[in-house]
Amino acid sequence: MTAVAHSTRAVARERASFWTQRRRDNLVGYLFVAPALLGSIAFVLVPLALVGWYSLNEWNVLAGTFHFVGAQNYQQLLADEKLRDSLVATTWFAAGLVVLNLSLALLLAVLLNQKLRGTTVFRTLFFSPVLVSLVAWTLVWQLMLQPEGSVNSLLGFFGADGPNWLRGESTAMVSVIVVQVIKNVGLNMVLFLAALQGVPQPLYEAAKIDGAGAWTRFRRITVPLISPTILLTSIITIVGSLQVFAQIAVLTQGGPGTSTTVLIYYLYQQAFQFHHFGYGATISVLLFVIVAALTLLQWRMRRKWVLHET
Amino acid sequence: MTKLSRRLTALIVAGLFALTGCGGGSSAQSGPKSLRMTVWTANAAHLKLLNDIAAEYKASHPDVTEIKFDSVPADGYTTTLTTQIAGGNAPDLAWILEESAPDFVASGALAPVRGKIEKADELVPSATKLWEKDGELYAYPFSTSPFGLFVNTDLVKNASADWTWDQAIAAASASAAASGKAGLALPDFKYQNWAVLSAIWRGWGADAWSADGRSCGFSSTEMNDAMSFLHKAIFTDKAIPGPGTTVDFFAGDAAMAIGQISRAGALKDAKFGWTLLPLPSGPKGDYAVIGQAGIGVLKQSPNVEAATDFLAFLTNQANSAKLAQFFPPARSSLLNAETLAKSNPLIKAEQLQSVVIDGINKGVVKPSHQGQEELNQTIRAALDPLWKPDANVQSVLNDVCTKIKPLLEHK
Repeated sequence: MTAVAHSTRAVARERASFWTQRRRDNLVGYLFVAPALLGSIAFVLVPLALVGWYSLNEWNVLAGTFHFVGAQNYQQLLADEKLRDSLVATTWFAAGLVVLNLSLALLLAVLLNQKLRGTTVFRTLFFSPVLVSLVAWTLVWQLMLQPEGSVNSLLGFFGADGPNWLRGESTAMVSVIVVQVIKNVGLNMVLFLAALQGVPQPLYEAAKIDGAGAWTRFRRITVPLISPTILLTSIITIVGSLQVFAQIAVLTQGGPGTSTTVLIYYLYQQAFQFHHFGYGATISVLLFVIVAALTLLQWRMRRKWVLHET
Repeated sequence: MTKLSRRLTALIVAGLFALTGCGGGSSAQSGPKSLRMTVWTANAAHLKLLNDIAAEYKASHPDVTEIKFDSVPADGYTTTLTTQIAGGNAPDLAWILEESAPDFVASGALAPVRGKIEKADELVPSATKLWEKDGELYAYPFSTSPFGLFVNTDLVKNASADWTWDQAIAAASASAAASGKAGLALPDFKYQNWAVLSAIWRGWGADAWSADGRSCGFSSTEMNDAMSFLHKAIFTDKAIPGPGTTVDFFAGDAAMAIGQISRAGALKDAKFGWTLLPLPSGPKGDYAVIGQAGIGVLKQSPNVEAATDFLAFLTNQANSAKLAQFFPPARSSLLNAETLAKSNPLIKAEQLQSVVIDGINKGVVKPSHQGQEELNQTIRAALDPLWKPDANVQSVLNDVCTKIKPLLEHK
């Protein structure tokens, strides 16, 4: 046997030992996740990094200039009074939306979880707005909320004078919240329904035998057992409330005054209407930090109020 | 730094520059060219005329293979245009609204065009003012359209070209009370687009800011008088539809509407009688207000020369005469009732004379300022308290000035 043949066999052994079954499996696994991974890098991580980079620059789109300004946009953020107004509006909007949406969704889910005739129809009815085009939905509501619109006509039928919903500082915010709640409550309702149907019936029966009333059973059995779903829906709803844009743009355009200028609408104004792209990017960094902080906070708090979590 | 990391850094920087569109301008392309122009209109008749002219141009310019008119919705038009520019997808030519003119002209986003425009000297000075900087013209004043008063003569029998605003509002109020329909509609106002109100307040000699754009005009006596008149017309006389109410004059739902002649097309199949009058006179006498749009060539375009050449063709005397049926021309040679009547069959010659020709000659353009969008939003928000029955007009107007003072002084 020649030295060359020895050497060839050694290389072949080496190759054979490198491509072990485990490595092959790993490679297949990596190939499977590669499209999603590359997509995440290209369409999530790179845009995120770019937003961070833009926030350190002043970018005049019309003039085509792009200057590094360091922390200047962040200093402006701290001194911006309009930003404070929009944070207040955002807080009101998010609080109103979360409270109304979650409580209504849970109430509907409990009602529609009963074994009664017609519940399927009502489930479909409440879920159907989720499927409707957002802008079409909002435009229809804009007409309905006019001073002479159908909402006030309905109130008039009962002898009440409705306000000019989208023009009053307090009613405009309430209107936007209600329109959004009706649009999306069906989604949370379905999630709650699924959770409610997973609660073991024997627990309720045992509680009944022990003399527990309906409210006690709900508080002591239902809520703890569906708490993971409550956590999920609350995270989705809070994050969603901070990203509501189309409804504001169509219904109120941030007004009257600045009462409905929520953070994401203010971001849009600064970047796309006022052409302050660098500052707009800075606001979006702030929004990202707020969303991340709230999600993290909820995630941490789950240990205290979510059953099944350790 | 290793060779690999240097290469990576260079790649990232190049990528960033490519994405941010700051590669330092674009080089001219040779060979076949495709031009794209953004316009606000999606009207089939407007687009057909533009496409016909483009086809004629392409026939004599084989190097231009395509001229595409990209219809962008009027609502948010400028926002869409600037987003296209930011995304590195700037059109070669763009329709630019008067309120954005100062930003586009001052920023240097547009290429100079005066040298290419046929007989540029005959452009009416009041029409070119907004598009000039240091004696150069940066966009062709494509549509220079004075506001007039459309009147539904079925609802208002005694419409008169000699009306004062007091008489017009009294007629609108009486019509609204009698017919149950709206009185005077302000179609584009919607209690947000406040600049439309300049078509009224100019009659009182009021203006949003001083000629140099540095001082606020909202707290002036003239503005207070004009806005008090308007407030009374809305909330006391019920002559103007209140906030939040949508009314369509062109569907016959109102007695009158302030609008431009390009809107007359919507009355082609009207089931009611109508006429077009000049704006009523105010306490300071007769006046006119012009809404304007220009067409400019974006400096970022890789085809600046070809785009400028096409703009010159699109706006030469022959094509301006064709376009006059929709977009009143700024050329003095075409500004006569005879020429305009040929392409505006719906409007009588005397109406074209009094509303369009006299309007262009004596009119002032709607308020426009550098940073107009920020001013728009700030003023809109500050004016909102005015649109309530019990508003303190002077207090609201003073607040508008407080809010916009830093913006006016900064620009």
